[in-house]
Amino acid sequence: MTTDTETHEDLHEHGMSDAGYIKIAVILALITALEVSTYYVDFGPLFMPALLIMMVVKFVMVVSYFMHLKFDSKMFSFLFYTGLGLAIFVYCTFLATFKFFIA
Amino acid sequence: MADIATHEPDHAVDHGHHSSTGLSNNKLAMWLFLGSECLLFGGLISTYMLYRGRVQNGPHPSQIYDIPFTSVSSFVLLMSSLSMVLAVSSAQRKDDSKTNLWLMITALLGATFIGGQVYEFTTFYREGLGFTTSLFSSSFYSLTGFHGVHVSLGVVMLLSLRGIIKKGKITGDKAEVVELIGLYWHFVDIVWIIIFTLVYLIPS
Repeated sequence: MTTDTETHEDLHEHGMSDAGYIKIAVILALITALEVSTYYVDFGPLFMPALLIMMVVKFVMVVSYFMHLKFDSKMFSFLFYTGLGLAIFVYCTFLATFKFFIA
Repeated sequence: MADIATHEPDHAVDHGHHSSTGLSNNKLAMWLFLGSECLLFGGLISTYMLYRGRVQNGPHPSQIYDIPFTSVSSFVLLMSSLSMVLAVSSAQRKDDSKTNLWLMITALLGATFIGGQVYEFTTFYREGLGFTTSLFSSSFYSLTGFHGVHVSLGVVMLLSLRGIIKKGKITGDKAEVVELIGLYWHFVDIVWIIIFTLVYLIPS
């Protein structure tokens, strides 16, 4: 049970209450269950895109809400996403060099 | 001028050392570190993607992966992120007992995940997948092993932090210290989110 004071402090410090974090965790657990279901159920051509979209959604939710990037300074987002973007660019180029994306 | 000189150190002690941007230097450094960690894990993940089909005479990924078991491990690590964020939330409310409790729960969940990984590695080894069996096995053990080391370090940091809080030895902003460890912990969780999908769920 959260008091008004706690809720006010939560919103001030994080932008979310404890109940909000629990809701996010439940959504993440449901997405994980859906991901695991793709191992048992045939999703056809949607299999790969669905898995990748769910992975990105989970990633963004944890970074935005649990790591507070959504509520924190844009400078932190810049530092993190620059590293992430650089990694994606460098390693996609690396994989393309080895013709990884050619079936 | 004298007032500014008097007040600046107090501000630094209460809210951590701040840069000219008004942001905490500690948090800036942590985010920069996490950004650089993306490059480390990016290299390991892309190497695995490249070599996952190179099994030589060893077992194939689909023959050894135990998806239900790894799914439970993933769920455990995901829930540790929830307990970690609740620890940060408690620290910001200056509730030391709840902070300690959530930190302990997070450490236990992290240790459970590591236990699962040790069990998984042992099983794979018994099934004939050694580190040098194939390019697939080397890249698989390197990637998941590096992640496991990160989780283990996280557990050590969580337990140390709990001890330091209990002894009241944190001199600056306690909530920020908990948040910094939390950022590291959530990072190992997001790396696992990617590993779980790309390594375990998408067949080679």
